[in-house]
Amino acid sequence: MQICTDYQDKVLYLRLSGEMDEHNAAAARLYADRLAEGYAQSEKAVIDLKDVSFMDSTGIGFLIGRYKKFRRYGIPVYVTNPSPGADKVLRMSGVYTLMPRI
Amino acid sequence: MENYMKLEIAALSENESFARSAVAAFALYLNPSISELEDIKTAVSEAVTNSVVHAYAGGGAQNKISIECRAEKTQEGGVLHITVSDGGCGIEDVEKAVLPFYTTLENDERSGMGFTIMQTFMDGFALESEKGRGTKVRMFRKLGGNREGERMNA
Repeated sequence: MQICTDYQDKVLYLRLSGEMDEHNAAAARLYADRLAEGYAQSEKAVIDLKDVSFMDSTGIGFLIGRYKKFRRYGIPVYVTNPSPGADKVLRMSGVYTLMPRI
Repeated sequence: MENYMKLEIAALSENESFARSAVAAFALYLNPSISELEDIKTAVSEAVTNSVVHAYAGGGAQNKISIECRAEKTQEGGVLHITVSDGGCGIEDVEKAVLPFYTTLENDERSGMGFTIMQTFMDGFALESEKGRGTKVRMFRKLGGNREGERMNA
């Protein structure tokens, strides 16, 4: 699991790639949280799942955890480009009510 | 026609990816659609992750998880039966464990959705467990033919 970042017009983009499972999540969590601290001035954060080839319920925990982390800095989080499989997991868990899909 | 495989893996989180990919590769025998394969991989990933994280409290190479698959070709397509079992700590309250969002590891960013995903993504699901006696998850998924709509649309 890799995360690339991009910061444009006060929007922080986190582009995730690879497989999101229990094994891979820990490093991604640490990295994303460090970004939240480093970009605390962001007006919003967008988590881009375009290159995530697999996601199980670990993804739910990961996204909700990041939502909480960013919220501490007053930064709303959005999710974009989930694969149909990831979308199914995220829809059934209600993740989009916290962080809308855009 | 029937096909069969059995895998035994060390309870390491590194093997979660291997386990779901191996089952997906076996399922190709039944010529599944991409989305059916995705569902199967996700359900297997949930079951194996539970064994690593919960049954064996974080895993360990000396602990084993077994994955058994039986594929049945039918006129409509096929049925894939999957059994994931471990010899770990077992589940004290099975009824509670399957509730959506229920988790015993609150502080760990666990969603508590593993069993709900297995139940929703598969066509049949059964959980057998007892404290101290390991856990066995049995599930099956019909492939091909007409499923009663995509139930996830609700």
